[in-house]
Amino acid sequence: MGSAISTALRWLRKHAIIIIGLLIIAYIMLPNIVVIIFSFNQPVGRRNGIWHEFSFNAWTHICAPAGMCDAVGLSLGIGVVAALVATVIGTMAAFALVRYRFRGRGTTNLLVFFPMATPEVVMGSSLLTLFIAVGVRSGIATILIAHILFTLSFVVTTVKARVASMDPALEQAAADLYATPSQAFWRVTFPLAAPGIAAGALLAFALSFDDYIVTSFNAGPSTITFPMYIWGAAQKGVPVQVNVIGTIMFLGAIAIVAIAQGIGSRKSKVEA
Amino acid sequence: MAFALPGARPRKSAKRRRGLFVPAILLLPALIWLVFFFVVPTIALASQSLQTGSIYQGFQFTWAFSNYTEALSTYWSQMVRSFIYAASATVFTLAIGFPLAWFIAHRSGRFKNIVLVLVVAPFFTNFLIRTLAWQTILVDGGFVANVMKATGITGFLNWIGLVPNDSLLGSPFAVICGLIYNFLPFMVLPLYTSVERIDQRYLDAAADLYSNGWNTFWKVIWPLSLPGVVAGTLLTFIPAVGDYINAKILGNANTTMVGKVIESEFLVNLNYPIAAALSFVLMIIIIVMVSAYVRAAGTEELV
Repeated sequence: MGSAISTALRWLRKHAIIIIGLLIIAYIMLPNIVVIIFSFNQPVGRRNGIWHEFSFNAWTHICAPAGMCDAVGLSLGIGVVAALVATVIGTMAAFALVRYRFRGRGTTNLLVFFPMATPEVVMGSSLLTLFIAVGVRSGIATILIAHILFTLSFVVTTVKARVASMDPALEQAAADLYATPSQAFWRVTFPLAAPGIAAGALLAFALSFDDYIVTSFNAGPSTITFPMYIWGAAQKGVPVQVNVIGTIMFLGAIAIVAIAQGIGSRKSKVEA
Repeated sequence: MAFALPGARPRKSAKRRRGLFVPAILLLPALIWLVFFFVVPTIALASQSLQTGSIYQGFQFTWAFSNYTEALSTYWSQMVRSFIYAASATVFTLAIGFPLAWFIAHRSGRFKNIVLVLVVAPFFTNFLIRTLAWQTILVDGGFVANVMKATGITGFLNWIGLVPNDSLLGSPFAVICGLIYNFLPFMVLPLYTSVERIDQRYLDAAADLYSNGWNTFWKVIWPLSLPGVVAGTLLTFIPAVGDYINAKILGNANTTMVGKVIESEFLVNLNYPIAAALSFVLMIIIIVMVSAYVRAAGTEELV
């Protein structure tokens, strides 16, 4: 009896971190599972908070709520453009910051860090103050400016970490083998940095697509992004279709990463 | 997944190169963006906070420091509340995030990448949708509410003032839970990159030298994780202070945070000077706290 308990305790002790880890994963997944389940709900009234009846209705009529699909389209567009611009200029900056020593490098690093250390509400309001002072109307352009700004720092830090972990000797080897600087960059440096750049771009897109606070300060009356649409709808009851979009984005993200993972592991197998 | 956030990786010695031309060209677009859309707006904000007037008559710069005293005397409770909520949320996020990061880095085996994806994937289900889902989970008479009531947890939370009306929704408890949940990935990712590089043999060595689990954690694991802890706590605490989505969706009028006040003063009352003053105070407090914190933690490699 005593030995059974002590065996059980020993087993628990040995596997504690795994049990705790799995519990936390379950906690992280819980709201997402609720979102998925309630995308099949047919609620009574406008509030999709209490389970009533199973239905594919929201899945077959995704764009039924007025303006929702336009909002999703706008958010996707803004996310792609913001991520693209932030990734290009952020990657350039990351290379400069890791590979070169110059005066003002510390200040530049600090300047890159500051937007991450600024609450969204401060960033949104200061940009709005500028736009008002200059007399710029809020709209897609102002949203893009804001989104590129707050995603830029995340791209720079992500790519910087990757570039810093790369061995400069590989590029020297390329140069020794008579590669031109551009050949060395595109055939050696860039492929090595690519996972970091891709992670930065994905993070930038996710942050942009997810953002409500900064956007609410810099959006015009006709530029309703998806988070703004949800916020507006939350007052009177969010349509079930919002859960459908959430589910699609969630599963889509997992699929993208799984595919990227597959490509990565096949590549490493080939190289091995 | 090569996610790495500030402080995650010690810099390798970069090669010293001559000439400023190439780095200048590479940095130019990012610098232009940061200067024109971050530095200049911050100056505009500081200037706005010292102006008087109204949206209809126009604003004049008058060194109106009275805006600050007015803003703080009216809204000091929301300001203090925001810092208390964000600090409590950060402590709990660290407590949840650390074992998770350790589990992913050292115990998840070949499922490592899948688990990492599960941690990041909620990013893609919208922040607002997730928070609304918590509304469904914590609803009165729901499973969670019933279990917490039956086990006396609600009673305890009521006693310490976190659930004032016996209803989980609309309580500080729900708001802090929302903050913990929503910012957990920002804690876990930098922690993971730090923790992942801790060599298992250090722990064996500690055990060989008769260190118990407690000592091994505080003398070996914790110091080596510090860069990740600092980066993670900053990336959780800072956005949490300014957040008002959780307070709005999961709280009530008594849980309003300063972000909401700034938003209403700016976008509803069009009282730009007061809103700018509050915004600027928030920024200054955070900068002071962050510098003190980074210095105390001794992780100069943060940026």
